[in-house]
Amino acid sequence: MEMRVLAKSELSFLLDKILADIPMVGVKEREGKYIYDYMGSGEETCLDFDVTVQSPKRFILPPQEVILQFSLGEKIQVEPYLKANPQIIWGVHPYDIKAINFLDKVFQSENMDEHYLAKRRSTVIVGIDPLRASEKSFWASMEADKVDEGFDLFLTDIGEDYVITIGTERGRKILDKYGILTSATSSQVKARDSAKAKLKDLCNPGRKLNFPLKLLPYILMRGEEEEIWKEKAEKCLSCGSCNLVCPTCYCFDVQEEVSENLKEGRRYRVWDGCLLEDFAKVATGENFRGERYQRFRHRFYRKGLYLKKKYGEFACVGCGRCASACLPDIADPVEIFNTLYDSLKGVLTYE
Amino acid sequence: MNDKKSIYQPDIAQIVRIKKLTEKEKLFELSFINGREHLGHLPGQFVELSVFGVGEAPISVSSSPTRGNNFELAVRKVGNVTGVLHRMKVGDKVGIRGPFGNHFPIEESEGKDLLFVAGGIGLVPLRSFIYYALDNRYKYGRIIVFFGCKTSGEQLFTDELREWEKRQDMELVETIDKPCPGWEGNVGVITTCFPKVEINADKTVCLIVGPPVMYKFCLMEAKSRGIPDDNIIFSLERRMKCGVGKCGHCQINGVYVCQDGPVFRYSQIRDLKEAI
Repeated sequence: MEMRVLAKSELSFLLDKILADIPMVGVKEREGKYIYDYMGSGEETCLDFDVTVQSPKRFILPPQEVILQFSLGEKIQVEPYLKANPQIIWGVHPYDIKAINFLDKVFQSENMDEHYLAKRRSTVIVGIDPLRASEKSFWASMEADKVDEGFDLFLTDIGEDYVITIGTERGRKILDKYGILTSATSSQVKARDSAKAKLKDLCNPGRKLNFPLKLLPYILMRGEEEEIWKEKAEKCLSCGSCNLVCPTCYCFDVQEEVSENLKEGRRYRVWDGCLLEDFAKVATGENFRGERYQRFRHRFYRKGLYLKKKYGEFACVGCGRCASACLPDIADPVEIFNTLYDSLKGVLTYE
Repeated sequence: MNDKKSIYQPDIAQIVRIKKLTEKEKLFELSFINGREHLGHLPGQFVELSVFGVGEAPISVSSSPTRGNNFELAVRKVGNVTGVLHRMKVGDKVGIRGPFGNHFPIEESEGKDLLFVAGGIGLVPLRSFIYYALDNRYKYGRIIVFFGCKTSGEQLFTDELREWEKRQDMELVETIDKPCPGWEGNVGVITTCFPKVEINADKTVCLIVGPPVMYKFCLMEAKSRGIPDDNIIFSLERRMKCGVGKCGHCQINGVYVCQDGPVFRYSQIRDLKEAI
């Protein structure tokens, strides 16, 4: 991969120039935490964040998104809404890029979802290696400390400079356009590689799975009846916070509204969460996952087994946001997966 | 279908006939306008029905593809979409996406006896296969229909039931859960139909559709009569919001009902904890 170099002192100036041409989302500090937001100037960006409260998912799969517009009356006309504005997301950690790669798989496999894909195509992703790990993160255990694809550009902090790895032709053109032309020297590349090599040890020592990741589906296959589901779910508030902050949760509901003149309307999708009580409830009143422990368990099974089977990737990247967001503190995947492993390691079969 | 820009974009269909079935259910015959010729479904599939301005709901197709280009949906008034649909008139327009999901094993069941076990509105999707089998009568062995309802007032398709009763090439066993004035037939839950008919277990395909509560009991009956797990077929109800395997609502454990179902052989769902 081609690499160029940018002096840190020039970053803010570069961002201002790009910002004049295209809307940019970046990380801002707010009350001691970090969030993604539209940037007004290059100075606002913060690149030494540990983790953001929410992932950048919302800029590609928005919490509320119009999918159809229709006119009512004698002649009903329905048009899909596929508008997507160009944007750059500047400063995405590898685990969040991995999460976006996962969403790409979901929305482009079998029935292609053009609403998602249009936004994805118009979004430039600039990755960055983390300098710090959040208290609850365990992305190294989920093999999400590095990514090979899913970014247009990728920044690695090597002290005075950033080494910028070019991921796509689109990324290269951006560097060319704004005059970032200096190739990284071999010592700069070496510094980048050694910075990347340290990432797998950046998460807190206690934040790791005590077993090889490839065992996770087999552990879950044997773990449905384990005590931990009911034990933990006793305290579950069914609030859906874990769904809300998860960078790979993508389930949605579809709703509809009509304008006040009753002549036109729109159908939109909104984020939904499998922890919410009515998620699997049908019109006749039957709730197919009516118990809290069933919903609690379902989410972990999606992360580690169901979606892994369907899409070939785990739907957990180890960002730790669910563990941080959970009020009763029951949703930590590290604790749950390690507890399951400890109690099942004697009986695991690998088929 | 494939030239559409969005998988969520419905085609427009017009209501060409409405028939009241019970106090809660109506039958809607629909015809596409704007160029689409037919639904192209197979028995057991469902559509996503849009009432514009209200929303979309999954509805199983009740007519057989052997009966022309129009199609029929029998709909219970139970939510927002179906509530407004029930107030619509002939000539009104709705949206249709689909057909979605898999279908009853119409080919694999050829040469076999068909035992349809319908509880209440479970008859709606089965009716599609019943007419498909009657229209291809030579392909199948016996056609047996068990139909159970809570009360006689909840019986759907009563004119058709009377016709089926008269036919020599099919067998109909009806029951209602509790005695009702004016009802002279069988009384008892749907499982009480099983002893009334001799079944040749080796060559019978048993298709069970109804409220979720009935599945376990009908399964026990079918198994106790020796019907193999492969030939016990269910159609499972779930919240199929998108129909295209994205929204997540219809999942039974890891299985997407809108894609891998709604029709399942018992052998496929035996180990799925949330299935039945």
